[in-house]
Amino acid sequence: MKTLTVSVVTPDGPVLEDRFEMVSCRAENGELGILPGHIPLVAPLTISSVRLKRENNTEQLAVNGGFLEVRPDKVTILAQTAEKPSEIDVQRAKEAKERAQRRLQSKQDDIDFKRAELALKRAINRLDVSH
Amino acid sequence: MASLRDIKNRIDSTTKTKQITSAMELVSASKMSKAEQNARSFVPYSEKIKEVVASIASNNVDASHPMLEHREVKKTGYLVITSDRGLAGAFNSNVLKALLKAVQERHNSTDEYTVIAIGRVGYEFCRKQNMPVAKSIIGLSDQPDFVDIKELASETVQMFSDEEIDELTIFYNHYVSAISQKVTEDKLLPIGEIDSSTSTSQYEYEPNQEQILEVLLPQYAESLIYGALLDSKASEHAARMTAMRSATDNAEELIDDLTLSYNRARQAAITQEITEIIGGVSALE
Repeated sequence: MKTLTVSVVTPDGPVLEDRFEMVSCRAENGELGILPGHIPLVAPLTISSVRLKRENNTEQLAVNGGFLEVRPDKVTILAQTAEKPSEIDVQRAKEAKERAQRRLQSKQDDIDFKRAELALKRAINRLDVSH
Repeated sequence: MASLRDIKNRIDSTTKTKQITSAMELVSASKMSKAEQNARSFVPYSEKIKEVVASIASNNVDASHPMLEHREVKKTGYLVITSDRGLAGAFNSNVLKALLKAVQERHNSTDEYTVIAIGRVGYEFCRKQNMPVAKSIIGLSDQPDFVDIKELASETVQMFSDEEIDELTIFYNHYVSAISQKVTEDKLLPIGEIDSSTSTSQYEYEPNQEQILEVLLPQYAESLIYGALLDSKASEHAARMTAMRSATDNAEELIDDLTLSYNRARQAAITQEITEIIGGVSALE
C-alpha cells in the first residue's frame, strides 16, 4: 500500500510527522479524503477531527483554525491547535462546553455569540475526538 | 574614613546582592535556552504558512485582499513588545526609545497613531508619555503559548481590517545571540512583498483563492506577531542574563575594593593602638 507523509504543525511546535495511507478531514465546503498522488491543493479546515489511516488503524486529531496543504507525496496540516486524543483534557473541554452553552442560552445582547459558538464547537470537537 | 564596622556591613550586603544576582543569572540562562527552543519550534509553522501565502500571491496577481492593499495612512498602529519586569539592562529602554523617536518624527498629534502594548514596562511608559494605548496585555508567562496571545493578535489584525488603523508597525528586540539583541522595526500590515522564491508548486484551491486568503492572511499576520513575541522573550532572558552577569562582576569588584579598604582600616587601627601604647609607656618612663 502506498503511503504519504503527514506532518501536523502548530505555532507551539510540530505535533506529528509520520507516514499514512489516507487522510480524511472536513474542509470548509465538505469532507475531503486524500490518498497518495493527489494533485497539489490548499484548503482551509473547519473545527473538526482529522483522521489518519494506516493499515487497520485510525488516528484522530482535533484541529482548530487550520488549513491543509497537499502535495503528491506529502500532506501538511497547519493549525492553531492540534491535539491527539491522549492530550485532550476532557474535564476542561466539558467545562468549556457548559460555559459556552450557558453563554449562548443567556439571551443577553452584550455577549459575543460568534465567539461563544466557536468555543462550543471547539469543546464538542475535543470531546468527540477524545472518545 | 568609614569605620571598620561600616565597611564590614557593606561587604556583607554586597555579598548577599551578589548571591542574588548570580542566582538570577542562572535562572535567566535556563529560561533563555527554553525560550530559544520555543522560537525554534515555531519556525516550521511560520515558514510553511509563509510559503503558502507566497505561492498564492505569486501565482495569481489579481488575488486581492484588503490586507495586501496599501491605502492612505491616516492612523498608524504601533505594536510594542517589552517585558513585564525590569532588571534586564537596556532591553526595554532601547525599544521604547526607538518607539518614542519614531512617533515624534512621524506624527504631529496623538490622533495619528495608537499603541498596542505587550508587557507592563511598555504599557506604563506609554501611559506616562500620554500616548494613546488601544490594547495591552500584561503578565504573559515566560514561555507564552499561542493561545495566550491569540486574542490580542486577532483583535489587532481586526483593527486593520476594520480600517481603524491603516498600517501596523512592530517594535521588538530581535534575538541575535546570547550577548546581542537588536531593536527591530517591522511593518506587519499591509503585508508587503513576500519572498516567493521558496515556493515551487502550483496549487489547486478549494474553494477558491479569495476565500483561502481570507482565512490565511489573518493567520499569517497573527503568526508574525507570535513569532516576534517569542523572539523578544528570548532576547529578554538573554538581556537579563547579561545584565545580571555584569551586576555580579561589579559586586565582585566592589567586594575586592571594600576588602582592601577594610584591611587597610584594620591595619591603621592596629598601628594607632601600638603607637598609643608606646606613647603611654614612654610617658611613664
